[in-house]
Amino acid sequence: MPAAIGFKLLTNGFGDEAQKQIATFEKRGGYASLKKAFGMKPVEIVDEVKKSNLRGRGGAGFATGMKWGFIPKDAKTVYLVINADESEPGTCKDRELLYWDPHQLIEGIIVSSFAVGCHHAYVYIRGEMMREFKVLKKAVDEAYAKGYLGKNVAGSGYPLDLTVHRGAGAYICGEETSLLNSLEGKRGWPRLKPPFPAVKGLFGAPTIVNNVETIMNVPHIINKGGAWYNDLGMGKSGGTRIVCVSGHVNKPGVYELPVGITFRQIIFDICGGVPGGRNVRAVIPGGTSMPPLDADELDVPCEFDALMTDKRIKECEVQPGVKFDMGGGRTLRTMAGSGGIVVMDDATDIPAVVARIMRFYAHESCGQCTPCREGTGWLARVSTRVAEGKGRPGDVTLLGSIAHGIAGNTICALGEAAAWPMLGFLTKFRGDFEAKLRAAEGSVDERDVTTERIAVGAH
Amino acid sequence: MPVQFSEAARKKLDAVIARYPTRMAATLPALHIAQAELGALTSEVQQVVADYLGLPVAHIYGVVTFYTMFHQKPVGKNVLMVCTNVSCMLRGAYDILGHVERKLGIRPGETTADGMFTLVEEECLAACANAPMMICGTEYFLDLTPEKIDRALEELMKNPRSEHVD
Repeated sequence: MPAAIGFKLLTNGFGDEAQKQIATFEKRGGYASLKKAFGMKPVEIVDEVKKSNLRGRGGAGFATGMKWGFIPKDAKTVYLVINADESEPGTCKDRELLYWDPHQLIEGIIVSSFAVGCHHAYVYIRGEMMREFKVLKKAVDEAYAKGYLGKNVAGSGYPLDLTVHRGAGAYICGEETSLLNSLEGKRGWPRLKPPFPAVKGLFGAPTIVNNVETIMNVPHIINKGGAWYNDLGMGKSGGTRIVCVSGHVNKPGVYELPVGITFRQIIFDICGGVPGGRNVRAVIPGGTSMPPLDADELDVPCEFDALMTDKRIKECEVQPGVKFDMGGGRTLRTMAGSGGIVVMDDATDIPAVVARIMRFYAHESCGQCTPCREGTGWLARVSTRVAEGKGRPGDVTLLGSIAHGIAGNTICALGEAAAWPMLGFLTKFRGDFEAKLRAAEGSVDERDVTTERIAVGAH
Repeated sequence: MPVQFSEAARKKLDAVIARYPTRMAATLPALHIAQAELGALTSEVQQVVADYLGLPVAHIYGVVTFYTMFHQKPVGKNVLMVCTNVSCMLRGAYDILGHVERKLGIRPGETTADGMFTLVEEECLAACANAPMMICGTEYFLDLTPEKIDRALEELMKNPRSEHVD
């Protein structure tokens, strides 16, 4: 049966400081899945996760069980790495999950490690999350002291170590291969794929990289079964979905919701509508890397496949009438991404928001690939001058063309992360940009725009 | 006297190094430890870290310059990170940042003359549901207003929040 509004699987510990202690966690059934899991064969756990239709909650929505199945059968050393580098603008669920319920993550890591054959798992936690780092470290110490980690996990004979590794400030390290380089002690530069991490990852060994929320689901799948978990969701998306709603809503927050809930329901039923009774103008559906929805597109479900394929969502264009081709003729609507929903009301200065987003990607480009290093800075400079009323004729066309030149031409997805929202906002809010240009006509001082400086390429 | 790690720091470093199959993997944790104990990651400190890990100092320099939380120059006792990314921007983050700038008399990237505050304009800090917000070490300041900032700055003057955690 699909989950009802109000049903909680992962967020039961929220709001209660006591829940992060191991004794309290055990009392509400924590670590109970270990007994069942260690009584199963690893391949049976993988099958159960496949059956559950658990999908990666970091942003891509990749099928977790399938990913686990890519580990070569004859692999000697396998690593499980948890991506806790949450930094996608608008996203704040993993930080809350880590803070309120760190043991839920550790339990998930134990079961998942056993499933993929890992004996040393790492959590890569974002450097800025100093408070959550302390909470997680304490929980790991508790788990070692209680025998849930170490040479003989919960009396099963299975050895597992867990190390919490702190980042040091770099958005790009949320990209899985960049994260692996950072974990190896290097600059966080993404790696070319293939080889994929499941074949050649951390220290050259087969590696599974999973998001915090993804892994927290695993004990529940073991306890109640993959079929039960799948039934909570819709289509090929099992379980619940945690969304972070911010911006212009009366009740911003982190909410665990049924997968099929629509954006209109989220904004009006869950979050109490828009302050001042204003109308919704734009909604970022899953972190700033995703093309926005406009006010006519709010009745689509907040679900991975629906956001990519629902015909009610307009396809992104490079220029008016020219659809953006993701390769092989595939068009781009949007994606569910990281669950970071940002709502903008009808008084929002859209070009100013877009300029801020572009400055973010320019700041966070690692500098490895030319189209991204140069292109994101160019997008930031041009979108900023447009937003500030100093745009030049042709700038709106230029923005589309720069974004098109980045997408698909870089090692990692940061290129797309900058290009997609640019194309999406241009497709749906072109008039806003053009109005800024018209306002700028005749008032542009050439020296102003040529000497403007924007801090880009911090890495 | 040349810069060197204390006995306590060496113990921490050795414990960290033992968690990884290569010494290079201990680079980030080692730099966090160095920054906590020796202060800014000057070229002299970078050399100490390089020697301890048995790695070229060029590697250490490459890493230090990649990550925004590694400082090559001294920072204030409080490193105040104010988010201005979209979720915070939509709820007035630039006014908040402006208020902090005026109160401290510095711009992002600068440190107050008394060495109490370094101000950082930060990207999304993953507390979007409580925008606008800022952090200082392990402390979160949420749903900010100018009054809340005034109180936070007074508190941080009295009790600085270190960005060093272990």
